[in-house]
Amino acid sequence: MRFELVSLPATAGALRTEVRAFLAEAGSTWTPAVRARSWMGFDRDFSREVGARGWIGMVWPREYGGQERSGLERTIVLEEMLAAGAPVGAHWIGDRQSGPLILRLASEEQKRRILPGIARGELAFCIGLSEPEAGSDLAALRTRAERAPGGWRLNGRKIWTTFAHLSDYMIALVRTSPAPEGGSRHAGLSQFLVDLRSSGISIRPIRDMLAEASFNEVTFDDVVLPEDALLGAEGAGWAQATAELAYERSGPDRYLSSFPALSAAVDPLRTVPGAEAPLGRMVARLATLRQMSLSIAGMLERGEQPAQEAALSKDVGNDFEQALPEQLRALMEPDDMPHDLRALLDDLAQLSPTFSLRGGTREILRGIIARELGLR
Amino acid sequence: MRAIILEQVERLLHEQAGVAVLRGVEAGEWPAALWSAVEELGLPLLLVPEDAGGIGLGWADAAAVWQVLGRHGAPVPLGEGMLANAMLAAAGIAPVAGFVTIGTQAAPFGRFAMQALRHDRGHVALHARDGHVPHANIAREPRDRITPGQPIAEGGLPAAWGPRATRLAMALLRAALITGAAQRALALAVDWANTRKQFGRAIGKFQAVQQSLAQVAGEVAAADVAVATAARAVDARGLHAAGFEIACAKVMAGEAGQVAAARVHQAFAAIGITEDHELHHYTRRIWAWRDEAGSERAWAAELGRAALARGGAALWADITGRDIA
Repeated sequence: MRFELVSLPATAGALRTEVRAFLAEAGSTWTPAVRARSWMGFDRDFSREVGARGWIGMVWPREYGGQERSGLERTIVLEEMLAAGAPVGAHWIGDRQSGPLILRLASEEQKRRILPGIARGELAFCIGLSEPEAGSDLAALRTRAERAPGGWRLNGRKIWTTFAHLSDYMIALVRTSPAPEGGSRHAGLSQFLVDLRSSGISIRPIRDMLAEASFNEVTFDDVVLPEDALLGAEGAGWAQATAELAYERSGPDRYLSSFPALSAAVDPLRTVPGAEAPLGRMVARLATLRQMSLSIAGMLERGEQPAQEAALSKDVGNDFEQALPEQLRALMEPDDMPHDLRALLDDLAQLSPTFSLRGGTREILRGIIARELGLR
Repeated sequence: MRAIILEQVERLLHEQAGVAVLRGVEAGEWPAALWSAVEELGLPLLLVPEDAGGIGLGWADAAAVWQVLGRHGAPVPLGEGMLANAMLAAAGIAPVAGFVTIGTQAAPFGRFAMQALRHDRGHVALHARDGHVPHANIAREPRDRITPGQPIAEGGLPAAWGPRATRLAMALLRAALITGAAQRALALAVDWANTRKQFGRAIGKFQAVQQSLAQVAGEVAAADVAVATAARAVDARGLHAAGFEIACAKVMAGEAGQVAAARVHQAFAAIGITEDHELHHYTRRIWAWRDEAGSERAWAAELGRAALARGGAALWADITGRDIA
């Protein structure tokens, strides 16, 4: 694995200034609860404002609503959003993976119909991967799509689908033919673009431990999908889904999730004896993880496929963002913390278990790294 | 240019370094043959500008060389020699033949040095070695107290080197060496895990071992990035203005080194702590080097103090404000 450093484009400074000015105004009313959730916060009004500024799908061609800017410029927008704790959840998935997938694999008609809506911050996407019997072992999934007159018939169930109840579309990985006897279970899987308003879909929110409905169980009962709902090639779903993993796993959302608590803790730490070194360790790790993430953005920009590097940086990043609230808590008595910081840490305590689950568990990522090392 | 030099260094160390040389150094011998070979290739002059008779590489190149050196346990004080010559050249003093150590307290391989370079707030002086008192770090590398003679030459460093050039440069050197040694320890552990069998299979087949070594790989990769970032910052802004990145590199390398040493020893079990096994040459160096030129604690405290002084609202802007366009 090699992590070559990148240099940011000359436009970086101006873009950063522009995004910061926007966030300073938009963020003036964000509570600690909003900032603790950040990309787990769903706010369509905010996403529309971001879209209006051209910061969603900004690398896509103009004819599909994009701005034709570079991947590194996009990364600058993302990291500024997350550092501010912006509620970007309504457009995050569309910008990060569903939009790029559609751009790569969908029909011309679909691209024209859907991508500009994502870029405007109007269309929200969710990811249909996990099923009741298929978590880390994703290829065990059982949801099926069968040929039907004029298209496909979809049956089965997805679960832990974040924001399905608030989204417009799901991109689902389902089985279109049985796994070959004795062959790879990765064969026979296909990706579908599912309009969540289709009849036969029921979405049941599952309340999480914060007593909020953030994820769902989505049931497909003879859902009829049009012919062009199939994305890419029939049977190529596994390769298509995993091709996006480097994008999904290497972004700033994999190390900045608890950054709002760190910035809120600095001023209160001024009166805490001995806080300098522990704080400095966090700063060193933060700055380094950022360079790793930027390095992968550079590889993606050059057309490389840094799947292993992305798994590794996500693992180290998740450890950091998960440990950070605890490290702050070790330095200050919760009862003595300013209200905002305490509120951030209270929420992050309950949110942070997901950091090393979503997008590939710690154990799966380390398995990927071990294989890359030559173990197994 | 960097690729050619790295290949030369790698080949040289592969052919002429090794456990026997490390054992010799730890027993108090000067690796004379290896040092001669290093000098023949001009490696101590890598950081000296071409117009001063050197090879004129940058700090990113140097850090890459130091990592290779670390992977071999740094059997010769090439890093210190490179830094001494670079500082002499920067102060307008012609490089000297033979090994020049840095400092007079805990001077690396000081007993074998022809001269010692002393640096105090931008002022550089080259001294003969009148005498020495031998000391060693826990890796049994010479770290001697030198009695300096009269200065042979003196000069001033350009402002970009700053008042604590030696400490910054040595911290970057140690961070790079630690990263290299940790890479070597990990590679040894992977080989071992793929060959050592228990319960009828290679221990590397067990997820517990895989997960542990995968975490080492993550830490070491992060340290590698931190070192490269620091070296790039020195190339772009000079040593003095790269203090933040060097601090990050020393912290990250020290933390990665400890994770690597602890977990690799765990993977090797009893055989790894025997004198006969080569592992300890790398792990003891990691432990020694992380304490030299400022421990993680010292550099982290510096970063923390700066962050506290600037305040939480400036934290993100300050980190991104250091980007190199």
